[in-house]
Amino acid sequence: MNILIKNGHIIDPSQGIDRVGDILIEDGKIKEVHIQGKEQRAKPPPTPPSPSRGEGKGEGESLLSESRIIDAFGLIVIPGLIDMHVHLREPGFEYKETIKTGTMAAVKGGFTTVCCMPNTFPVNDNASVTELIIRKAAQEGLCTVFPIGAITKGQKGEELAEIGTMRKEGCIAFSDDGQPVMNSLIMRRALEYSKAFNVPVISHCEDLTLSEGGVMNEGLLSVTLGLSGIPAEAEMIMVYRDISLAELTGGRLHIAHVSTQGSVKLIRDAKKRGINVTAETCPHYFNLTQDAIKDFNTNAKVSPPLRTERDIEAIKEGLRDGTIDIIATDHAPHHKDEKQREFDMAPFGISGLETALSLSLKLVQKGILTINQLIEKMTLNPAKILRIDKGTLKVGSDADIVILDINKEYEVESERFASKGKNTPFEGWVLEGMPILTIYRGRAYER
Amino acid sequence: MLTKKDLLGIKELSVEEINLILDTAAVFKDVLGRDIKKVPTLRGKTTVNLFFEPSTRTRTSFELAAKRLSTDVINFSVPTSSVVKGESLIDTALTVQALGADFIIIRHSSSGVPHLLAKKLKASVINAGDGTNEHPTQALLDAFTIREKKEKIEGLEIAIVGDIAHSRVAKSNIYCLKKLGAKIRLIGPPTLIPKELERMDIDVFHNMEAGLKDVDVLMMLRIQMERQGRGFFPSTKEYSRNWGLTSERFSLAKDDVIVMHPGPMNRGVEITSEIADGPRSVILEQVTNGLAVRMAVMYLLAGVKR
Repeated sequence: MNILIKNGHIIDPSQGIDRVGDILIEDGKIKEVHIQGKEQRAKPPPTPPSPSRGEGKGEGESLLSESRIIDAFGLIVIPGLIDMHVHLREPGFEYKETIKTGTMAAVKGGFTTVCCMPNTFPVNDNASVTELIIRKAAQEGLCTVFPIGAITKGQKGEELAEIGTMRKEGCIAFSDDGQPVMNSLIMRRALEYSKAFNVPVISHCEDLTLSEGGVMNEGLLSVTLGLSGIPAEAEMIMVYRDISLAELTGGRLHIAHVSTQGSVKLIRDAKKRGINVTAETCPHYFNLTQDAIKDFNTNAKVSPPLRTERDIEAIKEGLRDGTIDIIATDHAPHHKDEKQREFDMAPFGISGLETALSLSLKLVQKGILTINQLIEKMTLNPAKILRIDKGTLKVGSDADIVILDINKEYEVESERFASKGKNTPFEGWVLEGMPILTIYRGRAYER
Repeated sequence: MLTKKDLLGIKELSVEEINLILDTAAVFKDVLGRDIKKVPTLRGKTTVNLFFEPSTRTRTSFELAAKRLSTDVINFSVPTSSVVKGESLIDTALTVQALGADFIIIRHSSSGVPHLLAKKLKASVINAGDGTNEHPTQALLDAFTIREKKEKIEGLEIAIVGDIAHSRVAKSNIYCLKKLGAKIRLIGPPTLIPKELERMDIDVFHNMEAGLKDVDVLMMLRIQMERQGRGFFPSTKEYSRNWGLTSERFSLAKDDVIVMHPGPMNRGVEITSEIADGPRSVILEQVTNGLAVRMAVMYLLAGVKR
């Protein structure tokens, strides 16, 4: 199937493109990119596949039945987004999400590449689970899925998992995610050993001994709600530990979902000193404070917890000055019954794939990032960290493309999510800007 | 008139509503002093005590209050084991409601459970203690007792001593007494007093002697034995030595100070028997007043327009 996207405002940070132009897709690949404007006219305009029903046959015949022209005038055309932090729940927790529903949600949200965390059942800590995920994703997935393998066997933090073997099978990063490696020696070994395979180690920074039993940010609100607090220091202590270990070992450290002002400062300082560290945050950490929990709203229960206005400001500044490289979703779908219960017992997590882009566009609307910078944080930067050939509109690459209407307003309705997880604290929010069409390897999915 | 069908916490009440409950409780206290202590006010209504946490005094008090108002009472004790067995909290509550409950009195070890159920249920939900959040009827009966003894609350110096961090009684009392104009101070080890509370215009004392000076009302909290050895304090003995209410320390407070305790007491740990049983103690009167206050709450909630 061929597609010609015409007259869209193309933004592709990987090539520095920010102009109106056309893109021709052929056989699932990007065939041509034509940029309007004198000095950028590198190629002649692509020939549109003939839209008119002519008397031709043969090649013309097939074009006639399979080609499509999309007029993207007034719309923004970007590479398919990369989300390097999702939970697809399969195998083991298919009642929460499956590879199929999770990737449907991804495509709906404008993501064409997702990386799934290993906290499945069984844990993705060996090549056979990795193989299963990749096979399932190839059969049922609607976008590219790269598994993230566990750092340690069973995510227990005791013994390194077979990182090299899983790497060969297709894992592109390693993380124990929600069960962070508490033993500093094991974490040191992970950062050292992973260098042999040139993969990043992703750290969910939380000192579990300090956060023990906590269900929300520690502060006056946690005291007055009678909920156990998780101090910001539980994150900062581990950010500092892992930065120190990255410096010691020269390993590639990626810090997941930064939520505190203190962490932003530590990462900024580490980058200045040339330490090999990158960082991500999620839309809820710059759109919501802990106040979202008032009245015991379990849909706002997330790990790390929602923090304060001061932290939001620091995270925005970190995004602006490049301290925070990427925006990921930490898409964590849960079943309704699990969230509708005692706050203490409800699981942590927000279903984020289908709101992430719109929520991130708020940064552009508020003038914190340019749209170029935002797209960079959701395409080029994760591609660089993961060293994958995705998130680009370069000729010859997979035709993973998103058409974005930045003016379209809509109300968040979790019941309409493709994800099985309806757990969002953004229910009822009116957002501006949404992906209206996602093309994955040349196949188009309309929202 | 109360405006909401539920009593979830003191945080949710206005000063007027608190005073209304206290004034109504005074009427019921008269009733309780009569030879025939029962009124037919809520005949035909059903009260269910839904306790997910063991409790004798609060449950008994609610049960008796409900009976004095002529409602039928069912005690639905849910040991934590059957929750583990699988029935969800909401299913349990809906089951109880399906039995025809008009009042559901809830105690649960997790904060916010009454709030969650109040949204799901048509019945009036009364919070009988949720996690470390609130225990509103305890605070109301304490305010009632103070008002009765001191004839006012505004301007009084009230000290709460002990494990503030884990005490829903302390939380509710802080909100209630502050709303009524009292000056609150907290006394205890720093590990048991969240420092954030100082932002609420509350004085914190870690030295018991300094904290007891000029106090009108002294509220002692139960020290839970489980806290020792978990880093909050090294031993109950050491706790007692520093923050226990002994006769020597007691003499530092005002002569007409009253001593309160929500019970159950650890005699010899947070309070000595001489004081607990002494002339300044109002501990048993608190228990009696609890009945009147709980009757008032149920009576007023029954009158809320739906």
